[in-house]
Amino acid sequence: MNPLIEFIATAKSYGDMQALAPLDLSISAEQAEIVTIAGESGSGKSTLANLALGFTRPTSGQVLFQGQDIHALSRSERKGLQRNMQAVFQDPFGVYNPFYRIQHVFDTVIRNFALTSNASEAADRIEDALNRVGLRGADILRKYPHQLSGGQRQRIMMARAYLLKPRLIIADEPVSMVDASLRASILDVMMSLRDEDGISFLYITHDLATAYQVGDRILLLYQGGVAESGRATEVITRPKHPYVQLLIDSVPKADPTQRWRGEVSLPAEESLRSADVHGCRFAPRCPYVTRTCVDVSPATIQVAPGHQVNCHRYSDAGERD
Amino acid sequence: MSDPVLSVKGLSVYYETSTGDVKAVDDLSFDLLPGETLGFVGESGCGKSTAAMGILQLVAEPGRVVAGQVLLNGTDLLNVSEETLRLERWSSLALIPQGAMNSLNPTMKIGAQIQDAILTHEDKAVRGQLPARLADLFERVGLPGRVVDLYPHELSGGMKQRVCIAMAIALNPAVIIADEATSALDVVVQRVVAQTLAKVRDELGVSMIMIGHDMGLMAQMCDRVAVMYAGQIVEISTVEALYSNPAHPYTQVLIESVPSLTERQTLRVHEGITHDPRDPPQGCIFQLRCPKVTPACSVKRPERIALSDQQEVACVLYQTEEGA
Repeated sequence: MNPLIEFIATAKSYGDMQALAPLDLSISAEQAEIVTIAGESGSGKSTLANLALGFTRPTSGQVLFQGQDIHALSRSERKGLQRNMQAVFQDPFGVYNPFYRIQHVFDTVIRNFALTSNASEAADRIEDALNRVGLRGADILRKYPHQLSGGQRQRIMMARAYLLKPRLIIADEPVSMVDASLRASILDVMMSLRDEDGISFLYITHDLATAYQVGDRILLLYQGGVAESGRATEVITRPKHPYVQLLIDSVPKADPTQRWRGEVSLPAEESLRSADVHGCRFAPRCPYVTRTCVDVSPATIQVAPGHQVNCHRYSDAGERD
Repeated sequence: MSDPVLSVKGLSVYYETSTGDVKAVDDLSFDLLPGETLGFVGESGCGKSTAAMGILQLVAEPGRVVAGQVLLNGTDLLNVSEETLRLERWSSLALIPQGAMNSLNPTMKIGAQIQDAILTHEDKAVRGQLPARLADLFERVGLPGRVVDLYPHELSGGMKQRVCIAMAIALNPAVIIADEATSALDVVVQRVVAQTLAKVRDELGVSMIMIGHDMGLMAQMCDRVAVMYAGQIVEISTVEALYSNPAHPYTQVLIESVPSLTERQTLRVHEGITHDPRDPPQGCIFQLRCPKVTPACSVKRPERIALSDQQEVACVLYQTEEGA
């Protein structure tokens, strides 16, 4: 079985600072899925996206896309890669050139990738892509970016990616700058592209609630290392790692009868990130910390089918990977 | 019911553009009671930050306050001299601005910045008590004392935000306006900062206006919430009423849009794009996006009416015959 994309012990350091500890991850080529990479700022999630897109080189390890090392491609091979892997970024306002109509976004893609030289075929393809995200060319193509809502702009970015019929879309915080009432329309498009067109997503987010709603699998990062991973519904409803438990407990619930209970303290900054960490990165903040946690890095432990955690608390309960 | 600390009546703030005025805040009225936290929630561009600027009389060009009264303990801030206003701001009406952590002066130590604020507003004779006051402020917001001698770039986002809370309470104000005070923070840090803010509020008995877009955070922090859409309050209710029984269709949309962490739901897609703000529709401001729109919606702007002593809503669905 050939994976679509595969991280093999991929790690990235900037100087002394390890942005991403060696990580293994693969998405199957057979079954499209939405894989969420979640974590707070500085957790390494954007580093992971940049590695997948080939924007930055790993310090060690490899990223393979359809079996090829994406950092060892020729220029023309890269173009082939881009046809199969597209990206949608966070800022739906900054990605548009305000002087061009929406039509221009699509014309550029058709020209750059020489999709067709036939004008009516191009128009059909654009219409099809817009329909896939619930928009109509007649309403949208003549407009300027400022005439559209954030939700519409982000769906147009999805349509632009879809035009190439990619196998994978890397979506880096695609809904975080969009108003809450319009977010569902983008997440809905992601799910329908997965189900009807077999497009997989690497969905990078800090928002666990949307990850829970649309994600098939989730990988939670803490300071560059995986804390917990598995089926999104399982991990979020039954979190095992003390950090993930704290994270989920801290999401403010839209219910005044369920307010936060208990105070959380944050440790002093300097204890949080040091160049050489031997043990668990969460140890300085963990309420269950033991000597082992400080000295030894936790192994990945399977706590339930499709649910892995990197925490010493479960080393007796589960079986090692 | 006790007298309100702050009473805003008919406040309107317009922005001038070459093609007509934009009514960023349109006929805003509400009371803030002693010790109460009132949330202002709405999406980007709904006028919630402009409302705060209107209350503080800090509206910048091309904006202007067109009408209204802002009564702080009975004094209309729109009718006092610039000097009186300058002294009232911060000492009675403190602001934690949006992106507060970037509002600190990068070339001054934290302690010096807070001292500056105190000395501007109080007698210079207090100088001797400053170290003790700073220590007390830092303890209240949970910052270590050594922060006094640090520069802003040496602090994390959450710590800078707590410095801003310390500055806001330094002069013992009657009202704090917190404009997106915890946005852009990681969820655990956000919780710590929000809980700090709540603790300080309760200890000092200060009233608070909390501006934000996160329905979850509003439920955690507020006593009442005002829902704004395109410059107008469409509903103002206690949190108990608002979350269990939202009245206005826009409030319903906002609450439905909060994704759950406990059950997977089919996503409800809410379409629509707001009207051109220079050319609002006749009648209800929300009619173009409203899932429950009727012909009556485009006739006349619905008045805000009380459904109970907990809940007020401006929507034709609730207008009585004689009121319509």
